Amino acid sequence: MGRLRNAGGLPLLVTAISGSREPPFLVRTHLKWGFCQTDPGQGREGQEQTLPVPTDVYHIFLTKCFICCVPFRHFPETLNGVFLNEFSPVVGVSPGSSFYSSDDGANVQEVLSEITNQRTVPNIFVNKVHMGGCDRTFQAHQSGLLQKLLQEDSAYDYDLIVIGGGSGGLACAQEAAILGKKVMVLDFVVPSPQGTSWGLGGTCVNVGCVPKKLMHQAALLGQALSDARKFGWEYHQQVKHNWETMTEAIQNHIGSLNWGYRLSLREKAVAYVNAYGEFVEHHKIKATNRKGQETYYTAAKFVLATGERPRYLGIRGDKEYCITSDDLFSLPYCPGKTLVVGASYVALECAGFLAGIGLDVTVMVRSILLRGFDQEMAEKVGSYMEQHGVKFLRKFIPVLVSLDGSPGKLKVVAKSTEGPETIEEIYNTVLLAIGRDSCTRKIGLEKIGVRINERSGKIPVNDMEQTNVPYVYAVGDILEGKLELTPVAIQAGKLLARRLFAGRLEKCDYVNIPTTVFTPLEYGCCGLSEERAIEVHKKENLEVYHTLFWPLEWTVAGRDNNTCYAKIICNKSDNYRVIGFHVLGPNAGEITQGFAAAMKCGLTKQLLDDTVGIHPTCGEVFTTLEITKSSGLDITQKGC
Amino acid sequence: MWHLVGSMPQTCPGPSSHLSLLSPAGRQDYDLLVIGGGSGGLACAKEAAQLGKKVAVVDYVEPSPRGTRWGLGGTCVNVGCIPKKLMHQAALLGGMIQDAPHYGWAVQPVLHDWRTMAEAVQNYVKSLNWGHRVQLQDRKVKYFNIKASFVNEHTVCGVAKDGKETLLSAEHIVIATGGRPKYPTHIEGALEYGITSDDIFWLKESPGKTLVVGASYVALECAGFLTGLGLDTTVMIRSIPLRGFDQQMSSLVTEYMASRGTRFLRGCTPSRVRRLPDGQLQVTWEDLTSGKEDTGTFNTVLWAVGRIPETRSLNLEKAGVNTNPNSQKILVDAQETTSVPHIYAIGDVAEGRPELTPTAIMAGKLLAQRLCGRSSDVMDYDNVPTTVFTPLEYGCVGLSEEEAVARHGEEHVEVYHAYYKPLEFTVAERDASQCYIKMVCLRKPPQLVLGLHFLGPNAGEVTQGFALGIKCGASYAQVMRTVGIHPTCAEEVAKLRISKRSGLDPTVTGC
Repeated sequence: MGRLRNAGGLPLLVTAISGSREPPFLVRTHLKWGFCQTDPGQGREGQEQTLPVPTDVYHIFLTKCFICCVPFRHFPETLNGVFLNEFSPVVGVSPGSSFYSSDDGANVQEVLSEITNQRTVPNIFVNKVHMGGCDRTFQAHQSGLLQKLLQEDSAYDYDLIVIGGGSGGLACAQEAAILGKKVMVLDFVVPSPQGTSWGLGGTCVNVGCVPKKLMHQAALLGQALSDARKFGWEYHQQVKHNWETMTEAIQNHIGSLNWGYRLSLREKAVAYVNAYGEFVEHHKIKATNRKGQETYYTAAKFVLATGERPRYLGIRGDKEYCITSDDLFSLPYCPGKTLVVGASYVALECAGFLAGIGLDVTVMVRSILLRGFDQEMAEKVGSYMEQHGVKFLRKFIPVLVSLDGSPGKLKVVAKSTEGPETIEEIYNTVLLAIGRDSCTRKIGLEKIGVRINERSGKIPVNDMEQTNVPYVYAVGDILEGKLELTPVAIQAGKLLARRLFAGRLEKCDYVNIPTTVFTPLEYGCCGLSEERAIEVHKKENLEVYHTLFWPLEWTVAGRDNNTCYAKIICNKSDNYRVIGFHVLGPNAGEITQGFAAAMKCGLTKQLLDDTVGIHPTCGEVFTTLEITKSSGLDITQKGC
Repeated sequence: MWHLVGSMPQTCPGPSSHLSLLSPAGRQDYDLLVIGGGSGGLACAKEAAQLGKKVAVVDYVEPSPRGTRWGLGGTCVNVGCIPKKLMHQAALLGGMIQDAPHYGWAVQPVLHDWRTMAEAVQNYVKSLNWGHRVQLQDRKVKYFNIKASFVNEHTVCGVAKDGKETLLSAEHIVIATGGRPKYPTHIEGALEYGITSDDIFWLKESPGKTLVVGASYVALECAGFLTGLGLDTTVMIRSIPLRGFDQQMSSLVTEYMASRGTRFLRGCTPSRVRRLPDGQLQVTWEDLTSGKEDTGTFNTVLWAVGRIPETRSLNLEKAGVNTNPNSQKILVDAQETTSVPHIYAIGDVAEGRPELTPTAIMAGKLLAQRLCGRSSDVMDYDNVPTTVFTPLEYGCVGLSEEEAVARHGEEHVEVYHAYYKPLEFTVAERDASQCYIKMVCLRKPPQLVLGLHFLGPNAGEVTQGFALGIKCGASYAQVMRTVGIHPTCAEEVAKLRISKRSGLDPTVTGC
């Protein structure tokens, strides 16, 4: 609302009449009524039925039409039919539509009558041509003029070009295509310094969530094998793990996912081009394929979804000898004795599953574990790993990586962050997981003036995922100040497409997004860390409830009691609302998801207490939290 | 303040002049006497003791017809949730061993040893028995291992194993005696040769080839883990599986079990059990549709045909406590009060309550808090989540689709659903045909969620949080606005887009 009021009705009106391709934002939810029938996905939202009837002046901006109408309830039924029912499939009126309520209706009316010499409403423009009122439009419809006008102007090749075929980009492209738009996706994987590249689908599918969860599962199965003996399963030999078998199976699955994406794009008639995209001028992009052939495409709108790639250290030997998560999941040989550099969740997850399949793993950490996550939880994640064979070198950074005689042996020299001390050690593999950089600096953004954060390379956007250049949007990991998570990118991409092409309003809600770190002991969380909660709400307004717990499956398996941990952070001054949820234990992701849904609905401590647990599960521990951290009471579990 | 007497008391303490709820033990031995040391009873006793009451618990396990007995803690700990989930876990581990080679582990097909598992499970249960004893002691709750029956409305007489009698009186009495498995009465050989869930977890030797009779969750869970441990297992079902649960989900549960090797004899009812000279059991049954008789031999016959409340030996009529003559369960009001104002009943023994450990625990705690004047909250028995630990787990909360349609009419119910494939299944080449989720909503915006049904791995963990959402009055739109956790199974719940009404294919593809 505020945005439009500030913008004023007049400039918008002028741009609409003069043919700008950018309709103003749809702001008033109560105006959705008009188009709900043409948007198949919209019926669920359900706000349409309870609309207040507006009294001010309304202007309706469609992609190619502009209608002034006052008041809204007098919007002619007949026109509704002409624009929405008959033409929407052909000209896409509905997806591109926007409604706009003007606070300076009188001014708008005046300008309109000056331009058109017409004082009545509706006052209709089609593709920059003044059509007239209701009757004239109807006549034009019958004579075919209206259709002709609407079909003109296909100056751009596409309605939308998405740069980047990852989770967010594909979700956005497919949704736009479902809404009847002409869409292209450009995707190109620049090979890693080690030469690794992959298919369509982006980080998550190829070098992220999917392969890492599968390797994590391989490690969990190793644990299951040793548990199994306690549960009566008999087998003799020491079970060995075969890296190649695992990797091949995982890569086969990824291959099927790549293929699935290709198929899905084809089904939805999205043009897919395996080429590197960069802007050359406004609305125009150059696509360079593997052979170096260049093709140019234009589009009315662009979505940037290029994601990120792993960062290198910038020390001698890093690009020659080190690998990153881009390489690990398709590594054709077992990595052997591995040094993992970094303390991000990527670093800890990789170190965790490598150790879990029996490898000698060391993690080199400059300062803290899992920056940005709750530090109490992070330390517990680390100490569990340490108890299960992962070595940690804290407060060291590598300074040199070199070949130690034979291939497959790397000498790493590292120095202390606190003193002059240096250490060196031989590893078979050095995996860098020190962070990721946005792929935003080599896609010609400067040519069209899209602003990026010079330091981080991230793209600042408003709450509609719009960059400073109005027709360019961005989703996913390259957004400044947003979470780097697949489901977030997917949600943002879908909602963006619906806002752009279906007149929908819903924005991506970046608050209380749950996530899970798939370390050997999984860590799931939603909402604020304890540190952040204290920063935002002050310690005296918080109550933290916590407990250790012992999963039933662990008891007979003889696994550690008093290791799994549950914690919630409540805001005392807001009815003990749960503002932070943290769980460390098996299946943390499965547990956290539902609680995240409950937090969306305003979960309080009272509601947790009133809910019956499911017995025997780990999740039920949250329904019986009694001990506050401030009480200092013992939370270790004895017996059940 | 308790008496040991050699025979029934000559005089019984008279009816109490109602003392203040907050007063310490007055004319009675105890402020609160709990009959039954199971989940509900212990929770109530511990809570009341913590709030300063003088409390006693009496508990006695009548041996099963096979002679199985166990310690303090009731059904859940000894012959229910705990051992069943552990044996379910053993079976799951068997599945993981089959998965492991796909993930690079060079492990050969292996055999399962029942003794090792049973001993480990039983040892753990015994540690829990001990833990309960310690907890009672810590909270100064007096514990009597005696079988109790009412003498009058304030007095209970308990008989110990050696025949010694104890007379206990209390201001308030909570009945939490639970239930025990039912044996069929009209089938020859059923009682002599059959076992129940009271025995299965305490068997020293593998049950071998087993016939499970019944279609309750107990029947399916037991048959599921027995199959998973490599035993030849048959389930005999008279009519429908998992009565009371969503029937679409129930049939997926059994479909999955059948695909993993459990045999089903549908529409059949056993007529007799005989022991053959070699010790095997020969079971004769009738196929209800064809009317034909058939026989089979088994090593073990497990009856899981329902449970009966433990009310008959309580002499309830002496205290004037009313029961439902059909179910034999104790009639209670919302405050858990029986027909006698100072006598209460919680857990499986109370009429119309879900037979679930956490409900009994919460009801017990809340009752103790009310008795001690700490709270007036009554137990909310709506939207209680639960999970059936069949090989493919089934978690649910709220209404089944049938129930939602019955209450609101088909026109007013919208069901969103999806068939999905857990990521872990892909590499392991497991069939995910029955991994299915459905959310039952009101059709009218904002489409309140009435029920959630989840079939897949870790269903209990997945369901717990969503149960809270439903408790908070979540709408379909709110659940859809929740961002998923990738890659999990639970995230599929937040991505349910296809309504049954649309007729579209609900199979999830891609990420």
